[in-house]
Amino acid sequence: MVSTIVSIILAGMFTDNMVLSKFLGICPFLGVSKKVGTAVSMGAAVTLVMVLATAVTWPVCTYLLMPNFEYLQTVVFILIIAALVQLLEIIVKKFFKALYNAFGIYLSLITTNCAVLGITILNFTDGLNYVESLFNALGAGLGFTLAMFIFSGVRVRLESSKIPKSLQGLPITLIAAALVSLSFMGFAGIGG
Amino acid sequence: MEAILIPVIIVAVIGLIAGLGLSLAGKYLSDPPDEKFEAIRESLPGANCGACGYNGCDDYANAVKNGIAKPDKCIPGGPTTAAALSVVLGVEIEAEQKVAFIACGGDCNKSKTKYNYSGIQSCSAAAALYGGPMECSFGCIGLGDCASVCEYGGITVTDNLAKIDPALCRACGKCISACPKKLISFVPASSKVKVLCHSNDKGAKVMKACEAGCIGCTKCVKVCEFDAIKVENFLAVIDPKKCTSCGKCKEVCPRGCIN
Repeated sequence: MVSTIVSIILAGMFTDNMVLSKFLGICPFLGVSKKVGTAVSMGAAVTLVMVLATAVTWPVCTYLLMPNFEYLQTVVFILIIAALVQLLEIIVKKFFKALYNAFGIYLSLITTNCAVLGITILNFTDGLNYVESLFNALGAGLGFTLAMFIFSGVRVRLESSKIPKSLQGLPITLIAAALVSLSFMGFAGIGG
Repeated sequence: MEAILIPVIIVAVIGLIAGLGLSLAGKYLSDPPDEKFEAIRESLPGANCGACGYNGCDDYANAVKNGIAKPDKCIPGGPTTAAALSVVLGVEIEAEQKVAFIACGGDCNKSKTKYNYSGIQSCSAAAALYGGPMECSFGCIGLGDCASVCEYGGITVTDNLAKIDPALCRACGKCISACPKKLISFVPASSKVKVLCHSNDKGAKVMKACEAGCIGCTKCVKVCEFDAIKVENFLAVIDPKKCTSCGKCKEVCPRGCIN
């Protein structure tokens, strides 16, 4: 059991990294990775929402939608995630003021983050049980945070380097993202 | 029938639970609306123009509330908004309506040209070629970069000299950054006497280049009873705070560059 969970978390972080191997959640990956601090806050917010969303969607899907209405997954999950993020924002704003200020605008942006929807649906494609799903979400969230952290470091370096005029801005960012992704491809196949 | 009805019911019920949960959470958990913020936000024009340097009126209202920003930063609102804000905040503030002003009086009849410019019709392009085609390297080039950025049609170029209509100026400051000669600045709308020259050249050089340029003769300085005029770098500068718009300097100026 423990080894399964460890391998699920490691897979979520490295071999099946949400951003760099599955290419989900590219928007925040490119959008809020300019500074290390904001990138890590975004990663933490996404991790939190992923785990909470999985905690709610897994029972809903298993006991309500399976086996006849599986096709409703996307609609119902979006509905649940959106409501959940809003609720979380209200609660965090009320009780954890410092955390709310650290998350800032990113918490509400996660409502439409496809990585969150992706992980809730992938839990079922991979046939994981409840506990495994939660750890899968945690691993994916940590992987997302790791990717954000590494890439924001790369971007800070990009800011101070001389870049040919035709590549300035988004082009060089995409090239750098591709290189970071390529380096994560090196994890593929490890751990089976 | 069941195949349609049950999914509809499932989604409707989940939506209902989520909606109810959110509205309950919103009612019991959210902070009470911030009255001070609301009052400040009400007093602002709501143009979201960003002229104050903040991201829209909400951001500025927040900064004012927290004491980070001064309440006189709203340019479109001018003194009316500043007065309203001072009531809300309970502090006295002084704010005057500002207008942009071009400090040059040298049109094509008065100022001489260095060369004939026939390139791209833009001041910044012309300014890159030996400081522009005018003999005076400080003066208005007159190709209307300022007029083209003005969204309110407040700037007209006649006889190679741009002029701002103070009635149309909203003090957005776009022309200030568009002018390659840095001729445009904000002045209080109430100030009637202004020096229409920006040249720091010595008197003799200005004499040759432009009929309307300030030569730094200091006649205006001597005649001013309120100590409002100073000559710095061969250019008369009027302090609008001390100036009473008596107009004596205007009469005495041999170059007619005070207006």
